Amino acid sequence: MEESIKLHYIVPGDDFTRAGAASGDVKRTLKELGVSPAVIRNVSIAMYEGEINMVIHANGGEIDVEITGEDIIMTLRDEGPGIENVELAMKEGYSTAPDNIRTLGFGAGMGLPNIKKYTDEFSIDTELGVGTTLNLRVHIQ
Amino acid sequence: MKKTMTVKELADKLNLKILTEGDLSREATGCYSGDLLSWVMSRAGEGDVWLTVMGNVNAVAVAVLSDCACIVLTENAPLDDTAKEKALQQGVTFLSCDRNAYELSVEISELI
Repeated sequence: MEESIKLHYIVPGDDFTRAGAASGDVKRTLKELGVSPAVIRNVSIAMYEGEINMVIHANGGEIDVEITGEDIIMTLRDEGPGIENVELAMKEGYSTAPDNIRTLGFGAGMGLPNIKKYTDEFSIDTELGVGTTLNLRVHIQ
Repeated sequence: MKKTMTVKELADKLNLKILTEGDLSREATGCYSGDLLSWVMSRAGEGDVWLTVMGNVNAVAVAVLSDCACIVLTENAPLDDTAKEKALQQGVTFLSCDRNAYELSVEISELI
């Protein structure tokens, strides 16, 4: 692949029915490109967790995906409240999701840990009251 | 050798009710039980029969992303209308039964 493929998604806030639309679309695109199922799975899980986080915590956000010959690069940007303690948020089982979210099956405290687990490169830029950006990269090979 | 059967055969043998029909000819190769979606998403495998009580739209997304063969709602857990619509759109099979996850797991383990 000489040229990269660029995809852009808007994740609406507070709408669980639409969460998964972006990751589902990326999954289809990667499948069409013949990317291996293991890589597709990693990208799908990381992106869906990111989408859900945006819906639960940040009233939505935007996702940019770039697919090159070597990598899938994802940038997930929101203008939510920011993460107060990143170290705690990265701990499996720690969650600040409200109770009504738990009844939907979320709030297990696995969001960010799963995103880290399923990506090859992971960084968070977050500022209280300003928002959070996740920079993710998954190697295709 | 590991046994497999199609979702349709499994539904017939275990007397599971079909709530939404996706690809019933898919091979069911394993089974996973759980209700916490992040947990399921990262652990359920491709081709698994997923046992849960989560009949909501997020379960549909998790089934699609983890490539489960089908979802079985245990103990007659309800499937909500939005989830039903989404499942039909995305080709996700929802089955249901009155047994709990443990009882159904035992039955499934005898078949696949």
